[in-house]
Amino acid sequence: MSRTLYDKLVDAHKVCDLPDGDMLIYVDFHIMNEYTSPQAFSGLDTKGLSVWRPEAHLAVVDHVNATRSSEPHDAASKLLIDNLEDNCTKHDIAFYGLGDPRQGIEHIVVPEQGLVAPGMLIACGDSHTTTYGAYGALGFGIGTSEVEHVLATQTLRYKRMKTMRVTVDGETAPGVTAKDIIMKVVQVVGAGGANGFAVEFAGSAIRNLDMAGRMTVCNMAVELGARAALISADETTQAALQGHPHSGQFAFKGENWISAPDATFDKEVTIAGADIEPLITWGTSPDQSVPITANVPVTSDYVSPKAKAALDRSLKYMGLTAGQSAQSISIDTAFIGSCTNSRIEDLREAAKILEGRKVAVGVEAIVVPGSAMTRIKAEAEGLRDIFEAAGFEWRPEAGCSMCLAMNDDIAMDGERVASSTNRNFEGRQGRGARTHLMSPAMVAAAAVTGHLADVRDFK
Amino acid sequence: MKDQQMTKMIKGVAAPLPLANVDTDVIMPKRFLITITREGLADGTFADLRFDSDGAPRPDFILNKAPWTQASILVVGDNFGCGSSREHAVWGMRQLGIVACIGTSFAGIFYDNARKNGLALPIVSPQTRDALLQYAGNGAEIGIELNDRTITAGDVSAPFEMDAATQTALIRGRDDTLDSLEHAGAIRDYEAGLKSEMRVSVIK
Repeated sequence: MSRTLYDKLVDAHKVCDLPDGDMLIYVDFHIMNEYTSPQAFSGLDTKGLSVWRPEAHLAVVDHVNATRSSEPHDAASKLLIDNLEDNCTKHDIAFYGLGDPRQGIEHIVVPEQGLVAPGMLIACGDSHTTTYGAYGALGFGIGTSEVEHVLATQTLRYKRMKTMRVTVDGETAPGVTAKDIIMKVVQVVGAGGANGFAVEFAGSAIRNLDMAGRMTVCNMAVELGARAALISADETTQAALQGHPHSGQFAFKGENWISAPDATFDKEVTIAGADIEPLITWGTSPDQSVPITANVPVTSDYVSPKAKAALDRSLKYMGLTAGQSAQSISIDTAFIGSCTNSRIEDLREAAKILEGRKVAVGVEAIVVPGSAMTRIKAEAEGLRDIFEAAGFEWRPEAGCSMCLAMNDDIAMDGERVASSTNRNFEGRQGRGARTHLMSPAMVAAAAVTGHLADVRDFK
Repeated sequence: MKDQQMTKMIKGVAAPLPLANVDTDVIMPKRFLITITREGLADGTFADLRFDSDGAPRPDFILNKAPWTQASILVVGDNFGCGSSREHAVWGMRQLGIVACIGTSFAGIFYDNARKNGLALPIVSPQTRDALLQYAGNGAEIGIELNDRTITAGDVSAPFEMDAATQTALIRGRDDTLDSLEHAGAIRDYEAGLKSEMRVSVIK
């Protein structure tokens, strides 16, 4: 009876067991984008199948669209966008396309529209679907074949995962954000450390986060390999369910969407909140991070030959010297955006640093609000004025933009980016581009100083 | 494309790719993702590792060197396939002729994508993987017996992990969508049990 939240969610959504050990689970809501869904729709066509429950799906355009204007930047991108709209029209699926006031990055749009609630199961052809765990909902990323599967059956084949609880207890210091918390977790658990696990975040440092912070934490849980991330629902969660277009239209009651106090997890990780500092990544994997006050590692920091080789490779790609201080790293570009950190709360935090300051000479600074609604709200609050006065380019259209550079926001070979995004992989922001991950406030601090900088030095 | 008749024994030249955390951005860079089909992705696979910025093959990359130009198996580092959910990474690897990746751990979405496309991902111990890296580096062939979950290379014979559903999918070949629709009755029963407030309807 002492089940974890994860097990409650899986149990509630189990349709039936399958003979080979998998089960079918029911998907309450499915959201799609333009680049991982085309082959799913063509799969339906090839097999002569229809969409099982069209009203339970939503499609948005976010990955390939330009953010400077509402026009896609090339014909191939336009084809992807038009193809999605055509597929949605044909199958009677809601479509929030370019120009729609509800358009934006998938994981920003869903909570904004009130399409997530505790107890739901949400799938999406995007790895950062773990975001919805912030609401006590089971969200996870799927491939295109699975998008086809959920369109045709409203279910997925599923295998129950092991459970891990990551407890972050105690007060975090001023200047330490949700981004720093999850970057610390990735550093401690490792980039693949949670493969095969559903991770629940617990502890006072997590409880004290607002919903935006919880979403940042759950969003980046996929960077430690977690296929699902969860935070038990509480008063903060309940309060966040009100005031959206879909609020009150559905609810998943019948269970307390929390882990039982005596539930046991297959693995436990504990991190002291007091041990977390503002972090930056120096390498090409999200777990290669150090505090902003520290230095880039040196070979003698590692024992295994493989780790030493990985360090060498990362430093070579990143154009860094072993042992150099984090704050000596100069940047070319500052980017604030992505499903991890482009919410109104993120923009407010960055604006606090930027108010009354100027972007350093030679730094190109871009901010892409996560959705049209976020942009309008930010403009009404005066945040656009602050960003623009500081020298940031305020993008009028929402999208993933330079997080993965599928549109025309591509960093050049060797270009160094301070980025509020989620992945610092080789080539992620452009071939040869060098990404340093950090919180939005830290990106603002780097933009102002021209090098990676400690947000705590800005009063 | 899905292999309808997956062989139970995979045997071929294996290439060592010992880097840890090889992500799907590296396997399939985003510039190859602007497509509405599954085809034409072989050239994009590992593109930045295989080719320089002028498009010339990098002579020092393993898949550009004999005998590994013929490789159908990769022996890979920890946490292979992490990052983005893009199934294009798996489609591209299959189109490049890769039918199996042997490693110690794979990212979850990549693992599921692989099994839908006939790409076998046997999971072995770090010791076995390191031994297989040696064999692969010598250009030796590696055999993967799916039925009894055993890998053979030279005088090495080692077990591998693979969950039963994935093993069945790879051996039999299967269209999951059509297969699951055979359970349409169970899905309707589940839906009949849902309270009305549990049925999401998205505002258009």
